[in-house]
Amino acid sequence: MGLTIQSTSIGVLKENFKLDTESPDEIVIALAGNPNTGKSTVFNRLTGLNQHTGNWPGKTVTNAQGSFQHHEKNYILVDLPGTYSLFANSMEEQIARDFICFGSPKVTVIVADATCLERNLNLVLQILEITDKVVVCVNLLDEAKRKKITIDLEKLSDQIGVPVVGTAARSGKGLQELKDTVEKMAVGGIITNPFKIHYDTVIENAIEKIEPEIEDFIKNRFHKRWMALRLIDGDKAFQDSMKAYLDMDFSENATLQIKLKEARAMICKELNDLEELQDRIVSNIVSIAEDISNEVVSFNKTVRCKKERDIDGILTSRLYGIPIMIALLGLIFWITIVGANVPSALLADGLFWVEGQLSAFFLWLSVPVWVHDMIVYGVYRTLAWVVSVMLPPMAIFFPLFTLLEDLGYLPRVAFNLDYYFKKACAHGKQALTMCMGFGCNAAGIISCRIIDSPRERLIAILTNNFVPCNGRFPTLIALSSLFIAGGFSAAFQSFAAAIAILAVIVLGVMITLLISRILSKTVLKGLPSSFALELPPYRRPQIGRVIVRSLIDRTLFVLGRAVAVAAPAGLVIWVMANISIGNDSLLTHCAEFLDPFAKLLGLDGYILMAFILGLPANEIVIPILIMSYLSGGSMLELDSLSELRQLFLDHGWTQLTAVCMMLFSLNHWPCGTTLWTIRKETQSWKWTGAALLIPTVTGIVLCFIVAQGAALLHLV
Amino acid sequence: MSTTFIPLNQLPVGSIGKVRALAADGIERRRMLDLGLIRDTTVESLRRSPAGDPVAYGIRGAVIALRSEESSKIFVESI
Repeated sequence: MGLTIQSTSIGVLKENFKLDTESPDEIVIALAGNPNTGKSTVFNRLTGLNQHTGNWPGKTVTNAQGSFQHHEKNYILVDLPGTYSLFANSMEEQIARDFICFGSPKVTVIVADATCLERNLNLVLQILEITDKVVVCVNLLDEAKRKKITIDLEKLSDQIGVPVVGTAARSGKGLQELKDTVEKMAVGGIITNPFKIHYDTVIENAIEKIEPEIEDFIKNRFHKRWMALRLIDGDKAFQDSMKAYLDMDFSENATLQIKLKEARAMICKELNDLEELQDRIVSNIVSIAEDISNEVVSFNKTVRCKKERDIDGILTSRLYGIPIMIALLGLIFWITIVGANVPSALLADGLFWVEGQLSAFFLWLSVPVWVHDMIVYGVYRTLAWVVSVMLPPMAIFFPLFTLLEDLGYLPRVAFNLDYYFKKACAHGKQALTMCMGFGCNAAGIISCRIIDSPRERLIAILTNNFVPCNGRFPTLIALSSLFIAGGFSAAFQSFAAAIAILAVIVLGVMITLLISRILSKTVLKGLPSSFALELPPYRRPQIGRVIVRSLIDRTLFVLGRAVAVAAPAGLVIWVMANISIGNDSLLTHCAEFLDPFAKLLGLDGYILMAFILGLPANEIVIPILIMSYLSGGSMLELDSLSELRQLFLDHGWTQLTAVCMMLFSLNHWPCGTTLWTIRKETQSWKWTGAALLIPTVTGIVLCFIVAQGAALLHLV
Repeated sequence: MSTTFIPLNQLPVGSIGKVRALAADGIERRRMLDLGLIRDTTVESLRRSPAGDPVAYGIRGAVIALRSEESSKIFVESI
C-alpha cells in the first residue's frame, strides 16, 4: 500500500481504462448518464470526429473516447456506459462506477433527460455521493419544451449544490456553456457543495463509526462517507476494484474488520438484515430525487403524456400492433424496391459505359488480351455489379430504417414481440438485436451486449444470422423481382416483390424463435431472466442528420467493404473461369463437383459455389453467379433485369430455383466479418463453429424439404 | 391486511396502484428499486402488449415494460 496516488494514477489510467492520453496536461472528463438521454449526442457534438471506440479492457462493453479543445486546453472525454444506477448490478454499472472512482476524471459530466428528470436524478445523487467534481447537463430541453415541461435549472443547481447547464444537444444549444463550466471546474474555479443524503439514524451512526478508520486510505479520491457505506453493505465488487486499482485489501485490516462487524451488528439490531440496509439506501435516494424533482419541475400533467399514449395505443395495440409492424417493414421494402429500380438501371448503364471506355483504353495501351480481360471482365465488371445492385437499395433502406430507429419505434417492436421470445426462453431485447441485424449481422452481434444474461446473449448471437442483412437484401430483391413478381401484372410487381421479401423475413423470425427455443431446451438450458424494457418517449427525428449519418456510417461503410471484397473475388472468379483442366475450366469442374449435392437442394453447382466464394461478403453472391454463368458462354453485357432473367433461365432456372436460393440466402453460414465478430464476442471457437453450423444445417434441411417436396408434388 | 394487496400484474389496465412490498431479493430486487419501485411509489398500468404480456407501466415519469414473472412479485394496493 506504499504507492501514492500521484505515482499510480497515470499508470492506472492507461492500463486499466485504456485511456488515450498523450500528455499529463490533457484533462480527463467522464461522461455519465442514463440510457436514452442523448448522452451520445452530447458526446458527438463535443468531440466531432475526434473519437474512437473500442472495448473496456477484458470486457464486452463498448468504450468510446474522444477529444476536444477549448480555450487552448485539450480535453479527453470518456463516454461511460449508460446506466440507471451505480450499484454495480451489471458490468456496465461497475465500469461506470470504477471509472468515476479510480479513473481520476477531473470532472464528471452527468447528462440528464429533461423530460424525465426525476428518474435521472437517481444517478445524479449517486454520483454526488462519490465525488464533488460534477457538472449536471440537463439535456433534451427542446423535447421538454414541446411537452410543456419546464425546469428551474437555477433552483436545481441550488438544491444539488453543483453547476447545472441546460442543453439541447441535437441543435448544439448550451454546449458552449457546458464547455465553459467544465473548464472552470477543471481549473478549480468552482467550489461545489454537493447534496449530502441523510440516511436513517441507524445508518448514519454506522457510517460515523467507519469513517475515521478509512480516512487515511482514500485521501480525497472520493467521499469517505460513500466508501464507508459500501464497506458496511459488503459490496464485493467495490472491494475487488479497490484491490485491483489501488492495491488495497481491507480484508487484512483487523481493526477495520472489527469496526465493520460492530457497525453491521448495530444495523441488524434495527433492520432485519443487510438486504434491508440496501433497500433503505436506495429508498432514501429515490425519495430525495422525487422531492427535488417536485421542487424544480413543473408540467401540465394531462398534456404531458396524452399524445404519446395515443400513439402507443395504436402502435402496440392488441389488434393492430403486429400488423402495423409488419406493414411498416413491408412499406420500407416496397419503397426500397420501387425507388431502387431506376437509379440501379442508370448506374448500370453508366458503369457499363465506363467499362467500354476502360476496355478501349486498355486496347489502346495494347496490353495482352488476358490482362485486359482479367481487369475489365474480372475485376471491373464484378465491381460494377456490386455497386449498381447494392448502392441504390442501401441508400434508400438505411435512411428509412434509421428514421424508425430515431423515432424510438424499435423498443416498441421489442415490446410487441417479447411474449414470443419469452416462449422461446429468450430475451425480448433480442428483437432489438435482430433489428440491428437488418443492417449488418456483425453490428447485430455487437448489439447483443444489451442483453445481460450470458445464456440469452449467446442465443441472440447464434441466431442473429437468420435476419437477412443488407448484403443479402440485393439478392432477395433481385430474385423476388425476377422470378416471383414476374407472374404479376406490371402494376403489382414491386408490391409482390415486397411481399415475397416480407415473407422471407417473417420466416426468418420464426426460425429464430424456433432455434432459440431448441437451444434453450438443449445446450443452453435455462429460464428467461428478468426483463425490464424502457419505452422511451418518441422523438422527432432530425431528417437531415439521419440521412447523413446513415449514408456515411452505414451505406458507405458497407459498400466500401463489399467493394474491397468484390475486387479480389472478381479476379479469382475470372482466373477460375479461364484456367482449364482438360476441356473445362476450373470453375466448371468445381461447379460440377458441387452440382449433385446442390441439385438435391433445388440449387445448382454454380449457385452453391457462389455462396461459398461469397463467404467474405454476401453482397457478391449474385455478381459471382453472373460472372460464372457468363464466363462459360459469350460475354454479353448485362444492362437490364430481363436479360438477367434470361441468363438464369438459360441455365435451367425455374421459380423453384429462385425460391430455394432465397431460402439458402436466408439460411447459410454468416459472412467472414460476422464470424470474426462472433469469435471476438464469445471468445470461443466452439460457439463460432455453432454459429456457422446452425444456419447452414437449417438451410440445407429447409431447401431439401422444399425442393424434394415440390418434386414429389409435381409442382415443377 | 395483505388481502388488500394485489400483485402488479393483476392491476387492471388504466388503474393506479401504490407499491407496498417487493417479493424479490438479490439483484432482481435491486433492479426493481433502481426503477424507483420503492414503498408508496405510484404505478399506473398503461397497456398490454399484443400478446397480453409484457405490460407497460408508468413509473416515475418513465414507461417500463415488465413481464408477468417480475410484475407478479411487486405487490401494490389499488387506489
